[in-house]
Amino acid sequence: MMQPEQAVLAGVEETGISPAPESSPGKSGAPAVILQGLHKSFGNQIVLDGIDLTVKSGETLAMLGRSGTGKSVLLKLIIGLQQPDSGSICINEQEIVGLPIDAMNQLRKKMGFLFQHAALYDSLTVEQNIAFPLKRHTKMTENEQTTRVKELLAGVGMEAELKKMPSDLSGGMQKRVGLARALALEPGILLLDEPTAGLDPITSGEIDELILKLQEEHDMASIVVTHDLHSAKTIADRLALLHEGRVVIEGTFSELENSTDQFVSEFLKRDS
Amino acid sequence: MVTHNIRIHRHSIRPAVVQTTPPLPSALRSVGNLLNSFLEWFGELGLFVWQVMRAAVRRPFEGRELLRQLDELGSKSMPLIALAGAAIGAVLALETRSSLVRFGAKSMLPAAIVFSIIHETGPVVTGLVVSGRVGAGIGAELGSMKVTEQIDAIEASGVNPYKFLAFTRIVACILVLPLLTVAADFCGVMVGWISSTLVEPISFLKFINQGLAGTSFSDFLAPTFRTAVFGLIIGTIGCFQGMRTQGGTEGVGRSATSSVVLSSLLVILADVILVKLILVFFP
Ligand SMILES: Nc1ncnc2c1ncn2[C@@H]1O[C@H](COP(=O)(O)OP(=O)(O)OP(=O)(O)O)[C@@H](O)[C@H]1O
Ligand SMILES: [Mg+2]
Repeated sequence: MMQPEQAVLAGVEETGISPAPESSPGKSGAPAVILQGLHKSFGNQIVLDGIDLTVKSGETLAMLGRSGTGKSVLLKLIIGLQQPDSGSICINEQEIVGLPIDAMNQLRKKMGFLFQHAALYDSLTVEQNIAFPLKRHTKMTENEQTTRVKELLAGVGMEAELKKMPSDLSGGMQKRVGLARALALEPGILLLDEPTAGLDPITSGEIDELILKLQEEHDMASIVVTHDLHSAKTIADRLALLHEGRVVIEGTFSELENSTDQFVSEFLKRDS
Repeated sequence: MVTHNIRIHRHSIRPAVVQTTPPLPSALRSVGNLLNSFLEWFGELGLFVWQVMRAAVRRPFEGRELLRQLDELGSKSMPLIALAGAAIGAVLALETRSSLVRFGAKSMLPAAIVFSIIHETGPVVTGLVVSGRVGAGIGAELGSMKVTEQIDAIEASGVNPYKFLAFTRIVACILVLPLLTVAADFCGVMVGWISSTLVEPISFLKFINQGLAGTSFSDFLAPTFRTAVFGLIIGTIGCFQGMRTQGGTEGVGRSATSSVVLSSLLVILADVILVKLILVFFP
């Protein structure tokens, strides 16, 4: 899965242009997620009202927005947990709206998803939680699985908690286990719902580093929902601000900072 | 720095949605609502069954999870079922004796006990006890998995929850109920004999011979395998109620309760229908 030569080539994007032109299609710079005209309502509450976004391989998009604007809903649409009312979602150049469940499940193996509340399987230990996708989708032996689980847990600083049950972990620890689980299959697309919420500044920093490192190593396309502007600034190539069902502004951090739009500057003002 | 276009979208003000419900007498409306939600429930159930059946014919077959469920739903129900079987054996022995003595048909006692247990009491009591234990268990487990997004997490990791969670549990219920019924029958007959022999000594062999006199194997087979249908009902209702849970902890409680209530009711209903059918096919 992991190609070492890619790790060097897919370094930090400086230009926004594909840094690894000779790599296989679908990698480096190819659009991994394309959203077009997404609409989603619950009853007569309109949550998403025409979302257009593109995320390329090797790129991280930070999704900002006030609480309740539909950021989590947007991530769930992308992984097919909910269906949009209208619009199109392309994952690796495949339309997923209306895709049969088997084909969707094939795509999902290449996607990692961190839920806002971690959603760990509470009848399984931390180790079994992370081994779940490995057991289901790889032919790894028990030993290889254990090694991989330990490696993943070490990545999020949780290697000591292998045998604990999720209910015995703090919220931030559950979040980190959830992140390790999302990374288990080395996904090409990573969808993270507030990975650093509820974490102290030091751990948040470590998680940010981890995301940056993985992005460089695996050329992942990531969409990270976050309220943490500092973290967004660190990890994201681009930011998108969601408001009243639409992307109000999309650009780099400095582009957002220089925006004259009142809502945008109000949103960024608090922290800076 | 990455050069990207900054896009600014201005948002228009949306007109408020106007609710237009024609005025109806409130009693009529509540009956209408009830009917509506029943039809909705039924439709959803149909859709759920369809999803499970579609998932069932695809690989992988989830053998390991099925085994786990057989243990969870089957082996762990055994003590309760044995106890319930024993209780009906004792009650039948005591109750039937006094009636039969009154009609001077005391020699019919073993036959009355064995026939009643194998034919009706054993299967139905097993069905109801399992409805309580397993129905509530499945409803609450899947319900809390639903409200904590664990079912979504299973789906997000590319595993079909209708197969991994629902299909395995339903199949486990179908397989386990006939076995549990046999266990209940066995305990019932044993305790029936013990209770009888305590009042008036009779050897076990004689008791069994008298009890089974005039019955054929199909007398045992049809009622026992009828409980596979109970298993289908209990598993399906439990999984369905669990997986459609909404509204937090309270919703989990509602799902557990409603799976017990609905599966018990449907087990009784199915029993009536199946008894009639069995009488038609095995007169
Ligand atoms: N299953 C659902 N049924 C009805 N309404 C829903 C459902 N899921 C989300 N909503 C509504 O959609 C809106 C957006 O919810 P969402 O969870 O996406 O917000 P969010 O942007 O992630 O907020 P936060 O930053 O607080 O997590 C909310 O008003 C919520 O009530
Ligand atoms: Mg959210």
